Amino acid sequence: MREVVNYLLFGWYPYVCITVLILGSILRFDREQYTWRSQSSQFLRRRQMMWGSNLFHVGILTLLVGHFIGLLTPIGVFSTLGVTADFKQVSALVVGGIAGVMAFIGCTLLLHRRLIDSRIRKTSSWADLGVLTLLWLQIALGLMTTIWTIDHLDGKEMLKFMGWAQGLYSFNPRAADLLLDAYFIYKLHIVLGLTLFLITPFTRLVHIWSAPVWYLGRRGYQIVRTSQSQGGGSRSQSTRYADVVPAKRPEVTASTLTERAR
Amino acid sequence: MSHFLDRLTFFKRPGESFSDGHGITTSEDRRWEDGYRKRWQHDKIVRSTHGANCTGSCSWKIYVKGGIVTWETQQTDYPRTRPDLPNHEPRGCSRGASYSWYLYSGNRVKYPLVRSRLLKLWREARVMRTPVAAWASIVEDPKRRSAYTSKRGHGGFVRAAWDEVTEIIAAANAYTVKKHGPDRVIGFSPIPAMSMVSYAAGSRYLSLLGGVCMSFYDWYCDLPPSSPQTWGEQTDVPESADWYNSGFLILWGSNVPQTRTPDAHFYTEARYRGAKSVVICPDYSEASKFADLWISVKQGTDAALAMAMGHVILREFYIDRQAQYFEDYVRQYTDMPMLVRLEQKDGKLIPGRLLRASDLTGSLGEANNPEWKTVAFDETSESLVVPRGSVGFRWGEKGKWNLEERESGGRETSLRLSLAASHDEMTQVAFPYFGNIDHEHFTSDSHPSVLERSVPVKKLKLADGEAMVATVFDLFVANYGLDRGFGGKHIAKSYDEQVPYTPAWAEKITGVPRDQIITVAREFALNAEKTKGRSMVIIGAAMNHWYHSDMNYRGVINMLVMCGCVGQSGGGWAHYVGQEKLRPQSGWLPLAFGLDWSRPPRQMNSTSFFYAHTDQWRYETVGIDEILSPTAPAGPWDGALIDYNVRAERMGWLPSAPQLKQNPLSIAKKIEAAGVEAKDYIAKALKSGELQLACEDPDHSDNWPRNMFVWRSNLLGSSGKGHEYFLKHLLGTSHGVQGKDLGETGKKKPKDVVWHDEAPIGKLDLLVTLDFRMSTTCVYSDIVLPTATWYEKNDLNTSDMHPFIHPLTAAVDPIWESKSDWEIYKSIAKAFSRVAPEILGVEKDVVLTPILHDTPAEIAQALDVKDWKKGEVEPIPGKTMPSVTMVERDYPNLYKRFTSLGPLMSKLGNGGKGMAWNTEHEVEFLKRLNGVVTEEGPTKGLARIESDIDATEVILTLAPETNGEVAVKAWDSLSKITGLDHTHLAIPKEDEKIRFHDVVAQPRKIISSPIWSGLESEKVCYNACYTNVHEMIPWRTLSGRQQLYQDHLWMRAFGEALCVYRPPVDLKAVKPVIDLKPNGEKQIVLNFITPHQKWGIHSTYTDNLLMLTLSRGGPIVWISERDAAKARIIDNDWIEAYNANGALAARAVVSQRVKEGMCLMYHAQEKIVNVPGSEITGQRGGIHNSVTRAIVKPTHMIGGYAQQSYGFNYYGTIGTNRDEFVIIRKMVNVDWLDKPTSDQPEPLNAAGKMEAAE
Repeated sequence: MREVVNYLLFGWYPYVCITVLILGSILRFDREQYTWRSQSSQFLRRRQMMWGSNLFHVGILTLLVGHFIGLLTPIGVFSTLGVTADFKQVSALVVGGIAGVMAFIGCTLLLHRRLIDSRIRKTSSWADLGVLTLLWLQIALGLMTTIWTIDHLDGKEMLKFMGWAQGLYSFNPRAADLLLDAYFIYKLHIVLGLTLFLITPFTRLVHIWSAPVWYLGRRGYQIVRTSQSQGGGSRSQSTRYADVVPAKRPEVTASTLTERAR
Repeated sequence: MSHFLDRLTFFKRPGESFSDGHGITTSEDRRWEDGYRKRWQHDKIVRSTHGANCTGSCSWKIYVKGGIVTWETQQTDYPRTRPDLPNHEPRGCSRGASYSWYLYSGNRVKYPLVRSRLLKLWREARVMRTPVAAWASIVEDPKRRSAYTSKRGHGGFVRAAWDEVTEIIAAANAYTVKKHGPDRVIGFSPIPAMSMVSYAAGSRYLSLLGGVCMSFYDWYCDLPPSSPQTWGEQTDVPESADWYNSGFLILWGSNVPQTRTPDAHFYTEARYRGAKSVVICPDYSEASKFADLWISVKQGTDAALAMAMGHVILREFYIDRQAQYFEDYVRQYTDMPMLVRLEQKDGKLIPGRLLRASDLTGSLGEANNPEWKTVAFDETSESLVVPRGSVGFRWGEKGKWNLEERESGGRETSLRLSLAASHDEMTQVAFPYFGNIDHEHFTSDSHPSVLERSVPVKKLKLADGEAMVATVFDLFVANYGLDRGFGGKHIAKSYDEQVPYTPAWAEKITGVPRDQIITVAREFALNAEKTKGRSMVIIGAAMNHWYHSDMNYRGVINMLVMCGCVGQSGGGWAHYVGQEKLRPQSGWLPLAFGLDWSRPPRQMNSTSFFYAHTDQWRYETVGIDEILSPTAPAGPWDGALIDYNVRAERMGWLPSAPQLKQNPLSIAKKIEAAGVEAKDYIAKALKSGELQLACEDPDHSDNWPRNMFVWRSNLLGSSGKGHEYFLKHLLGTSHGVQGKDLGETGKKKPKDVVWHDEAPIGKLDLLVTLDFRMSTTCVYSDIVLPTATWYEKNDLNTSDMHPFIHPLTAAVDPIWESKSDWEIYKSIAKAFSRVAPEILGVEKDVVLTPILHDTPAEIAQALDVKDWKKGEVEPIPGKTMPSVTMVERDYPNLYKRFTSLGPLMSKLGNGGKGMAWNTEHEVEFLKRLNGVVTEEGPTKGLARIESDIDATEVILTLAPETNGEVAVKAWDSLSKITGLDHTHLAIPKEDEKIRFHDVVAQPRKIISSPIWSGLESEKVCYNACYTNVHEMIPWRTLSGRQQLYQDHLWMRAFGEALCVYRPPVDLKAVKPVIDLKPNGEKQIVLNFITPHQKWGIHSTYTDNLLMLTLSRGGPIVWISERDAAKARIIDNDWIEAYNANGALAARAVVSQRVKEGMCLMYHAQEKIVNVPGSEITGQRGGIHNSVTRAIVKPTHMIGGYAQQSYGFNYYGTIGTNRDEFVIIRKMVNVDWLDKPTSDQPEPLNAAGKMEAAE
């Protein structure tokens, strides 16, 4: 029974979540453009936003990058670069720990603000509250794992998770087995993390795909959007203007001017 | 195709760059832009406007999308003006732009609503009875009647079907007509110009019924009686474009950018053009920032300021130096050269009445109306002459009623202004002084009450012996306290002397530094002299709502007249206070008052009516002795204020409603049986006491108004001065009156009015209100009918701020079960015609009418005041008492009459303001245009008036302003009277006919007509009195000129023959209650000022969510920082304002803007949104009118005397309210009164479907 549950949660569930995340996001992006937004509440109240939002975003982005690099990079790449497992474990603990604490403080501030500020509470949907609560829990679980990690600084546990993650993208059907004996906090952390992927297309978390950063690399200052791509990218518009004969300018005399004077 | 795939453009080259790489082009997807495009897409645009009592009259585009009105924007297709004059647009304001909110708001009245207790009684009674019998069974049983009347305002509405409600109303009306008389059916609706057909719908129904239409302009206190006193004209003002022609603009108590927003751009443009501007108002208003100088005058003392400015103008432009233009102007266009008889009073000489031709032996050769022709000295012939133009020339002869400088015989004259150079004697003449009256909150001084000053006089041998006469000019100058070297006391040579009315004196009273007064007066006059009158005063309600507003206004009018500004482009008196101009008036009157079927209609002046019938007179605190002049001519001058009103009604000065104690239908039967003339019968019966006037006993149940219609109005809310008295006595429900009446306090009671110890509670049997929103008035009504909004009906709208005529057109059909006012009254008329035959057939009705202005009767009581009741004179209808007319009412055919144009238009013709013309041609035209009635019956073959558009066509076809042919006829009729040809003003437009679809296509400019005193042309903007000055048409006054000396006995008795400063009256509403109900908080006493606001639809609606959001979401009172500190009030505190009249709860706005000693509560804040209970009354909040009480002024009651003759909304008592003081304190308990009451009625389960109202 334990194996079955383990297999469902860590063998099947990841594919379900990632599929929903990707397909769901694409569908929503295509069908519901107007809902594709982060729904920032900053204009309702700035209070707690500066600290809360910035701490949270810096923390969570660091964590995300760390998790991706740490979990998805094949172990051989690290060995080639001379990064040992225990060094990796310790640096992950330090960087992750700091980022985790930042994200946790930020998320706590944001959650407090969302629950206590009546103006924001009133304008929050059920999903807004849920997403933030889940994120807070997820960060809290992540921080709790560090306690256990401190006792396993050799990085062996970490290797199991790396194996599992890499097993997922290499479609290794036995990948889930690696987690059979992992500490339950880790398991909770993973399941909740996957669940966050699952709900992303249905909430404001689609913000993970879109953020106003591209303008940083843009070359010009004045942006002119061409009309060419309108209506399915028709390129014939410019040629159509060629057929237009300009109106003849009427001859203006003093008498017509006074007639039209107003 | 796909947003996602389209983003995958890894191999596409990025867009090109331009401008050295500063710009780039991108080719990203742009479909998101369609969202913004769709936001502003719509199915159609319809032209309409906002029919609040706002003079804006702005043309709007109403957008409809999917059958829903979505928003509105300003129209920009006004016809051009002319070179060097800015165009009229943009017109509109944020309040108008928020209007579409109402259509679908929760506050919309969606179904006919009836008070459930009444509906239950009705359904029970109706099971066994016919409609009228059913109504009788309810109202004749005091228990049943009070079952619903005592619950007014307490909720409990249920829905009912249209057929059922119209039957209840029809039955109530029929019962009242039969039982008490048609003059017990009252209708109140204001400002027809805002939606003429809607107004006409109700007034046509009432007039055909014999009911009474109530005035509004005077009741709203927007009528300045000084205007009819001076010019014989209700109010005529320049259009806002004419501000641009001005060189010096004073804004006096008017907040143009806030309350005349669509017109304010002309003010800005005038400033850019170089006009100088001074803003005079106590608070730092929005207008103040436009000013070169802001003068913060103590509220209520404007007359003192104006008098001091007049003092400066006279000194510098008449005495020390004579400005030629000014002298020529006043000689020709004012009564200044006219002679005044001096009378003896207690050993002193006082100015008497104007000398008349009849005073001289042989009447100076005048056979026609010599008593009504004024007399002056001619400098050319050195003789007494009768100058043309006085009212005596207007009636009974032709060709001499004009302002040419000629005497009656045709010889050219130059009238003598001053007798200084040719006097027989220099004598002391007594002038009254009121500035010494003590008032707790206003500065007074110690000058004597009678000021004697030297005046040059001439001795004349008159028919009744020798008499001394002086010119108006000499009296006028003496009154201003100017030293002309004649010697004597109470005059000043220097501006710094403390003598009334020097700048130094005014500084003390008004708080305005004397150098400001001198500078403004000097520059104002200098500009007028250089530009020939282009100095203008824009004047507003802030000055007009005082008990002695006449003095404020006449002080300013004097300045303008002295400077020759009135009637000149860019100059004159611009009174913008609810002065809505019904431009096609003479086309509208027949439709509105059923003049095509019967004449005259019943009309009543509201102030006197409500003063009597809401029993505010029972609480009167101001005695005659407090307002009587120390120089009053001999007379008893006794009684109370209401006694003067009764005397005025008796002598035919003011109208009455109800008119006689007895039912006019049964009197008519007696008259027919007796076979005598109605007027003889009535005169005899009144004298013998067989008949009594209802006004002598307003509390007797025979004299109560019984049914009342309110439409287009919030009568009980924003317009209900003395709101709590309305609730107590007229409606009979819970109220907040705190004071005690004259009986309880043991004070002196009126003389001519019967006193009942038991005051009536609930005079009205039925109150019906038509509205589209659940206003305060609706909340207190018995039946509420859902009416169409301004975007759901067809109608007409005009203003005096611009010369265009605007339509209201239906953007969507009336939603839910609402109908247009026209359709509602049609359906009531139909129900009435069905119900009435139960008790009514073709009936005769005796109608009393006061002596009317602009009719031959206006010259009724020339020399003295004589009351027939006291036996001083015989009662002669139309001469010494109201006129009497027998009118036929065809009750079973009322509906048919309502929907067709009656025969009197062809038979009697049409006219207005003393002119008359044949209009058969137009009637024939309407038959072709609207079609004729084909159904059998008394109306067969007459033109139809079926739809609201038919009704607009009647107005537009009959009016000279919209039908050039009629304009020519009208000017021609005037030419016959003046002897001068005026038709050149309209002949170029003779073929122009403005029809409803024309104004729907684009606003149309009206055609110049003699109904108004200004012209619309390519050369001038509309400016009041322009044709008086430039076409020599006399003003419709006694002297035919601008009347600065008011010589009626009552004017002299009450000290207002000439303009004087009178401090606000003490209404004594604070002392009796200030310490009765303490709540532990500190109290302050402040003057209660109710200006027009920024966050309400003009002076009407504040329950609009958008406006509430921009403001504070509920009632507010502004107080100054200093006063707030005294009472420990901080901004946004809940406070209570109260006095003997009642109490109101509101939030405090603490602001530097407000002057210490006063508070501002914007007018028309509703009682229905965010209003808690009052600690004082225990009732829901109160409304701004909860602390006011109407009070009447005897001089406004004068009648039968040329310009001082009654006209509906033209002359009469006004509902002043600014002299009021309130106690303000912080509230301790804010109780929202949101628990159900203990006496909930049992659920309704009577027959028929009944659903709970929303």
